[in-house]
Amino acid sequence: MKAMVYRGPYKVRVEEKPDPRIEHPNDAIVRVELAAICGSDLHLYHGMIPDTRIGHTFGHEFIGRVEAVGSSVQTLKPGDRVMVPFNIFCGTCFFCARGLYSNCHNVNANATALGGIYGYSHTAGGFDGGQAEMVRVPFADVGPTIIPEWLSDDDALMLTDAFATGYFGAQLGDISEGDTVVVFGAGPVGLAAARSSWLMGAGRVIVIDHLDYRLAKAREFAFAETHNFAHHDDVVVLLKKLTGHLGADVAIDAVGAEADGNLTQHITSAKLKLQGGSPIALNWAIDGVRKGGNISVMGAYGPLFSAVKFGDALNKGLTLRMNQAPVKRQWPRLFEHIRAGLISPGDMITHRIPLDAIAEGYHMFSSKLDDCIKPVIVPGA
Amino acid sequence: MPYTPDKPVSPPSADELRARIPGWGADLDPADRPSFPKERFDPGATGAHWTEPERQGDDPRRERSIEHAHLTAVYGTAQPLHGVSGAIRRYAYARYSEGRAAHWLLLVLGDRVEATGAHVRSLFTTRPDNPITETGILAEPRLRPIASRRGRVDLRHAWIDPILVAGPWILGGWVALRMVRRVFVRRS
Ligand SMILES: [Zn+2]
Ligand SMILES: [Zn+2]
Repeated sequence: MKAMVYRGPYKVRVEEKPDPRIEHPNDAIVRVELAAICGSDLHLYHGMIPDTRIGHTFGHEFIGRVEAVGSSVQTLKPGDRVMVPFNIFCGTCFFCARGLYSNCHNVNANATALGGIYGYSHTAGGFDGGQAEMVRVPFADVGPTIIPEWLSDDDALMLTDAFATGYFGAQLGDISEGDTVVVFGAGPVGLAAARSSWLMGAGRVIVIDHLDYRLAKAREFAFAETHNFAHHDDVVVLLKKLTGHLGADVAIDAVGAEADGNLTQHITSAKLKLQGGSPIALNWAIDGVRKGGNISVMGAYGPLFSAVKFGDALNKGLTLRMNQAPVKRQWPRLFEHIRAGLISPGDMITHRIPLDAIAEGYHMFSSKLDDCIKPVIVPGA
Repeated sequence: MPYTPDKPVSPPSADELRARIPGWGADLDPADRPSFPKERFDPGATGAHWTEPERQGDDPRRERSIEHAHLTAVYGTAQPLHGVSGAIRRYAYARYSEGRAAHWLLLVLGDRVEATGAHVRSLFTTRPDNPITETGILAEPRLRPIASRRGRVDLRHAWIDPILVAGPWILGGWVALRMVRRVFVRRS
């Protein structure tokens, strides 16, 4: 089969690889119909996630058709069209039994601090991902869901991570009616978090980014107030002025490891890989939120230390909540919202590219060219 | 503006918000927030029809975190360890927990060693690594390269990128050239 492969930092190409095999009785093989490139794939692409091996196939957001199933699979059969959550999880360990699907203990031999994720390095378990013609899907009776006939492919794809993660981010913000919510980052997760904050009763939603085209999308897609931090000397002061010098009630970090806006942080993390990620957005969240406020961290960080301002978080009495989203838990409620016409996650998609153009796709997304927000790969094109 | 018990900037009313934002307040009831609180004991909810998953195998060559009791029931087999980078990574897994910086720094070292080795080895294959096509920069002309970059804050440090990306190769080439010259100078 054809698959995207990593050839070292900033280098990817398409290669012919052996087809994936059933390696466990509850495995399925899925023929990929749509796969997205995620902002967190850029951390891999830039060489920031430890144990990203040459030849690895990225891609944890995909939908497709079941090609084959293992002997113990009961709920799926070849031909079924499925959406696959980005988390690989067993369903019965201590963590899965408590709904913490992203923290499954049975799928990642390489690390205990992280569950299993498709195409996300050996630190996330060493599973090849979905930016390929076919992919191995472990625990086929637990993870995938058959795509309901009323759900569009684009909406289904955005629920495999980006929109569900943004929604989870708003949930972890524990928003009360009338709260002022500030979202850092107007990428797909930030857009989804901003849009979802209203569902939970936010009184104001403010989105901060430095890319004007993304802020325009935040106004249109998420009905948010927007501010370009490049036009302000100090984001924290800006936030205080916007909130009568109190600070926002809830802050959501939807940026993560590759935050821009501080030269030292950028060099030590994005360039020299000495940090698990540059926590600029997280530090702005800590300083920009009001005392006693909540912070929800959805941006991805690597396992190395990051220079986070914990003193301010302590002194302000903040609550910090974070996790990789257990996306399948969000699906029933998000299905209802989509059916009721309240949200349309597929509207975040801006580009469609054939698998053969994968290198161009990564470059465009990484360099934020051509107003790219969410690029989708069509392996069959 | 004095500091008082009230919020200094009051939000619009629920009716105003409902009129402006489709679905405003649809999840206002905490019971409609299916993933919060994060932990909710419900082992029957996952679709698993086992109490303990069958084991994929027990490949003794498969590296694992020493924080795990054993190899996990399921594991990825995408790119097994090999060569010098494999030895570095194996040592990182066998010796250090995830709590030790050495674990991660060794893995990062393994990544750099493997990437460099793979690039050099590819030069002796029918499909050598091509930094032009594999970085995707050939697509630039189609992606509105100037308009897309106008006024962006990250341009302030964009000058570093070519130095950090190309620098090691230029430096490596220069060192190699010096060594070759030295060998030839000695011989003559
Ligand atoms: Zn993702
Ligand atoms: Zn589990």
